[in-house]
Amino acid sequence: MIEIRDVHKSFGQLEVVKGVSMSVAKGEVVSVIGGSGSGKSTLLMCINGLEPIQKGNIHVDGIDVHARGTDLNKLRRRIGIVFQQWNAFPHLSVIENVMLAPRKVLGLKRSEAEAIAEQRLKHVGLGEKLKVYPSQLSGGQQQRMAIARALAMSPDYMLFDEVTSALDPQLVGEVLETMRMLSSEGMTMIVVTHEIAFAREVSNRVAFFHSGRIREIGPPEQVIGSPQQAETITFLQSVL
Amino acid sequence: MFETSLIWNDLWFMIQGAGTSLAITFWAVLGGTVLGIALGLARSVAPWWINAPLGAVLDVLRSVPLLIQFVLANSLKSIVGISWSPFLIACAVLALYTAAYCTEIVRGGILAVPKTTRRAARSLGMSYRQDMVEVVFPIALRVALPNWIGLTLGVMKDTSLVLWIGIIELLRSSQIVITRTQEPLLVLMIVGAFYFLMSFPIARLGARLEKRWREND
Amino acid sequence: MFQYTFHWRPILNALPDMLSGAWVTIQIAVLSMLIGTIAGVLLALARQSSNKILSGFATAWVEGARNTPALFQVYMVYFGLGSLGIHLDSYPSLLIGIAFNNAGYLAETFRGGLRAVPPTQMRAARSLGMSAPKAFVYVVLPQMFRIVFHPMTNQMVWAVLMTSLGVVVGLNTDLTGITQELNVKTFRTFEYFAAAAVIYYLISKVITLTARLIAWRVFRY
Repeated sequence: MIEIRDVHKSFGQLEVVKGVSMSVAKGEVVSVIGGSGSGKSTLLMCINGLEPIQKGNIHVDGIDVHARGTDLNKLRRRIGIVFQQWNAFPHLSVIENVMLAPRKVLGLKRSEAEAIAEQRLKHVGLGEKLKVYPSQLSGGQQQRMAIARALAMSPDYMLFDEVTSALDPQLVGEVLETMRMLSSEGMTMIVVTHEIAFAREVSNRVAFFHSGRIREIGPPEQVIGSPQQAETITFLQSVL
Repeated sequence: MFETSLIWNDLWFMIQGAGTSLAITFWAVLGGTVLGIALGLARSVAPWWINAPLGAVLDVLRSVPLLIQFVLANSLKSIVGISWSPFLIACAVLALYTAAYCTEIVRGGILAVPKTTRRAARSLGMSYRQDMVEVVFPIALRVALPNWIGLTLGVMKDTSLVLWIGIIELLRSSQIVITRTQEPLLVLMIVGAFYFLMSFPIARLGARLEKRWREND
Repeated sequence: MFQYTFHWRPILNALPDMLSGAWVTIQIAVLSMLIGTIAGVLLALARQSSNKILSGFATAWVEGARNTPALFQVYMVYFGLGSLGIHLDSYPSLLIGIAFNNAGYLAETFRGGLRAVPPTQMRAARSLGMSAPKAFVYVVLPQMFRIVFHPMTNQMVWAVLMTSLGVVVGLNTDLTGITQELNVKTFRTFEYFAAAAVIYYLISKVITLTARLIAWRVFRY
């Protein structure tokens, strides 16, 4: 379970998250929608401790992420994250990209890591591309590789940060398909996205972010189907 | 404070040595730059059958230790039977060495000017000469000048090698002082400070120029 | 033309000795590069450190190495350290001097290279649970070495050329040192030093070609 309580986050003078509270239960898929700069991506970075917070707290399975003594490296093994810019490691082949963390973080043997990596890559449909370098893949393939890379650590939670925003339109479908598959397998996911139709389809709940705050949260039929707030209506009209 | 047998005469002797270092640097850089600009311009327009052998010769100058080049030039002098002073030999060898690097810096600067920019200049009705003077040179200079400053400082430091053919420049003068005072660390620290003062401010200037020009691009 | 005949025989006779000197030259250059690379990485990191003493030390090293002659640095080790009671032979003095110089120049090169690796790479590695040192070693460093490979090749050639300074502090086992010994014995200066020049040229060409081969083999992405 991820519990976010009254989180405030600033970059210098600029406060981008202004008191956000929400919780995500095991097996739940929560989509976060909202305009750019509304603070939704920043919140994701705070959940696995990539960004410090100024106020409030975040607990993952009871562990306080931003507490002094927390072993973030250990915590991050359980929280996979996929970025908008897929951030493939360009110097490693596809399978090596996926094997790196299991070997260096979990200390697995090469053969063990290889088996896991191969399994995960096949799962996302990249079984034919194991020895290829990322530069030879399309954006959609690199993004699926990044998903496999996160999955290789067998995380309990997956965070997706606008993973289709940087893709060519014809490549969006394959990545969404992979995420759909994960949600059907029961993975707990927080999905920051601009794909409203996708959010509506896969999410248990949808949160609408506006200028650093959650304006509306609830089942997709409610937030997307019959929004109550003026900002939500305006936003949905602008993207649909 | 502390006792030293170093006297003002020693210091003055070393300042004279530094003067010799700077004089050699001046002539070598002057000669090398003039030659380097000429060769660099030639290399950027010459056909391959001139370019390739010229490039090879310059490559040799960059791939053989200067120390060896000094010794070779010195012995060539006695073979050919001309009576150049070691100072002249030092300046000549270093000038050729400088030219070998300067040629590539000049060529690199000119080649860094995009073809499209030059085409734009010509399409505005500029002559070849105007294109060179008004467009190519100003852009090439921005690319080349920071490298040229680096080269000049490199040559200044390389003048320390001419002690091997019997010239008393800064480093050699310090050795002579050390022989008298038997205080190598102190004397060498002073020499190091001399070199540092001759090099560091100019190096910083070069870095500033490079940064400023890159930001304007 | 001139009253001089170029003698090939002394060169041929001396060739085995000179080649063994060339081997010593290559050894010193390679060792100095290894030490210089490790020290250079540490210096590049130390310069970014928030610890004032650490970054000050690194800056002093880098600026000292870059703004004084390499020969001065070798002198410092050979003569200067003697005042502190550390007496080193010409071989270690030369090696330390060149390694010091390499480290200073390489540190600047590495600093630029590190800046060219996108910070998101570090972030991605950390998000997988890697500690900062592990992420640096396995993700950032390999990418940096590709960026700085060409300047490192140049530094390697310079390292070879710098080994010739050993003769000034009395080294007589490297290529220049052996050439100078032959010269003192026979006074066929031009022949011997011309031969040495050719060998130095060949060494630097071999380095350039080997580097190209390595780059082609290693950097396949």
